[in-house]
Amino acid sequence: MSRPKVAFFDLTSCEGCQLSKLNLEDDLLDILNLVELVNFREAISDRREDYEIAFVEGSISTPHCVERVHRIRRQAKILVALGACAHIGGVNAIRNRMDIDAVKQEVYGADKYLFPSIKAQAVSDVVKVDYFVPGCPMDNGEFKRVLSAILTGKKPQIPEHAVCVECKARENECLYDYGTTCMGPVTRAGCNAACPSNGHFCFGCRGVVPDLNKNAARDVMEKYKLSMHQIRNRFHMFNSNYVELEEKRDE
Amino acid sequence: MNNADISLNIEVPYVTRVEGHGNIVIDMREGKLITSHLEVVEPPRYFEAMIKGYSYTDIALITSRICGICSVGHQMTSLKATEKALGIPVSEQTVLLRKLLIYGATMQSHVLHIFFLAAPDLLGVPSVVPLATSHPDVVKMALRMKKLSNDICDKLGGRTIHPNRLVPGGFTRLPSTADLRWIRDMLANQMVPDAGASLELLKTLASRFPAFERETEYVALRDSGEYAFYDGDIASTDTGLIPVDDYLSMTNEFVVPHSTAKHSRHARSSYFVGALGRLNNNFDQLNTMARGVADQLGLKPIVKNPFLNTAAQLVETVHVVEESLKILDDLLTRGIRDEKPEVPEKVCEGRGAEATEVPRGILFHDYTYDNRGQVVKANCIIPTTQNTQSIDDDMRELVPWMIGQGMSKEQMTLTLEMLVRAYDPCISCSVHFLDVEFRE
Repeated sequence: MSRPKVAFFDLTSCEGCQLSKLNLEDDLLDILNLVELVNFREAISDRREDYEIAFVEGSISTPHCVERVHRIRRQAKILVALGACAHIGGVNAIRNRMDIDAVKQEVYGADKYLFPSIKAQAVSDVVKVDYFVPGCPMDNGEFKRVLSAILTGKKPQIPEHAVCVECKARENECLYDYGTTCMGPVTRAGCNAACPSNGHFCFGCRGVVPDLNKNAARDVMEKYKLSMHQIRNRFHMFNSNYVELEEKRDE
Repeated sequence: MNNADISLNIEVPYVTRVEGHGNIVIDMREGKLITSHLEVVEPPRYFEAMIKGYSYTDIALITSRICGICSVGHQMTSLKATEKALGIPVSEQTVLLRKLLIYGATMQSHVLHIFFLAAPDLLGVPSVVPLATSHPDVVKMALRMKKLSNDICDKLGGRTIHPNRLVPGGFTRLPSTADLRWIRDMLANQMVPDAGASLELLKTLASRFPAFERETEYVALRDSGEYAFYDGDIASTDTGLIPVDDYLSMTNEFVVPHSTAKHSRHARSSYFVGALGRLNNNFDQLNTMARGVADQLGLKPIVKNPFLNTAAQLVETVHVVEESLKILDDLLTRGIRDEKPEVPEKVCEGRGAEATEVPRGILFHDYTYDNRGQVVKANCIIPTTQNTQSIDDDMRELVPWMIGQGMSKEQMTLTLEMLVRAYDPCISCSVHFLDVEFRE
């Protein structure tokens, strides 16, 4: 059986999700028996363009990213968005609520004209995305599940309930009871409540849960006397583009 | 062949086996080098602007995302700067655990670079993949070393990439005594022998590092008590020590049109940070085993060959293993105390600049907070940013050197790529890098 040709690409990101795969030490050699790796700049020197499955990490943030992702989409039969930046825009999108010119001025000063930037977007804002692996960083277990599903011709299953469900199942104490604002109630599960289980608040890296129960979320805010203003920054950390869309809908 | 007749044009778009996007461009006309630089084409990230208005509780989470590979280092530097700005104390236990975490992250990064990114060049193959067939035992050993380093970070930081237990003032969850004992046993019984085998392997390959040298300034943190990673003053092989608060007088960042990563210079047109920067400044503080590794690899300060940065990384890998074992014995003797993270007594305005030695060199974070504990101004200066000018300066001397050695264009292209890889650049970080372009 011929192995499907797989490529990995990175747009605007920290490359943490690419590195995650190199951290699959126990499975790396097995995976290489199942797929033919033809393009993965961070790890190999080959750069072939005859890939069938493309994994794209990072958000779209420059005109060059747009060009690249269109080229990838034209070639790939299956395009998978890898990690929060590619899936929902991620931390790169924090700057979207600021004036881009002021942002460039802040970092590059008078040399700001040298480097073009556009609004930071998810890959699916620009081209069709077939599947996604959420999270910052993506979870290797979930990556393997998505890859196995694709290789066996199935649709990968990503949870559609909130992180709170997993957090309760792990019998963690609720961080709200300790005065901490946690994004667990509104965030898509699948990480097994990784952060709250380490005593750290959830910051919403897996994106907002589909069909969000807004009333329940409002109840949590009311119970702990939180205003939208207070949780706004934390909401913006990974989900700026979601907030922007919601605000437009409310207008 | 006379140099004056040579016209050369090398372009390597998107150099592989480095972290991030960079192109090498060499343009030589009739013996005169017109262009020789590394173009950094990584999209700009704008973190300093993004974190404005965010609370001190959230800053390290965001700046961690500057780089997945260096996320432990970024979080650590970020937390230290925040703690300094807001006067948040940390316990001795927190400092020891943070050092262990930095050592684990350094092992992970160095092993990845030595075996996965640099070794294929020394063995004449395009990646680690063919090595899995030709040298299965080496690849299995490298994977084992990397996995153990990652397991250490997992047990201390919650996870390897973007750890989720580190907050200002301490840890949200502490490792168990069993975790610490496991790490100690694995380091002693697995990592120490594997590091020894790595040394034997590197010794057989050492002659394949190009014998190119260039005098430059080496910069690293220096601590009075130990080979610095977590803390210290800024040391330069040219000018001596300055306090971290004066970091701007060292980094002097400037923008060049061919790079979204800024450049730095100090006493000369450029300076070098990273494993060689540390080794050249702090050689006297290496632990016994690490000193033995340096001797066997022939490394003695001042080492002026940038390609030997990879060899210096192996010396450091051994050093941090020894250092970790000392800390672990200390912690296991006293036992882990159940400490909650310290919180600021009262949030008030403040500024804090801090530095940490991360695998690729000295990293600075500098924050100014308002009286609500929100960032009003930030500056992050990344090791690769500081090295980009040094890479350009090396290339300017390396091209005539390679021509003098009678190298073919293919050999020159590979050597230029090896040079960039030797710096173990982190381009995501530097914008925050690698393709070679020879223009003809």
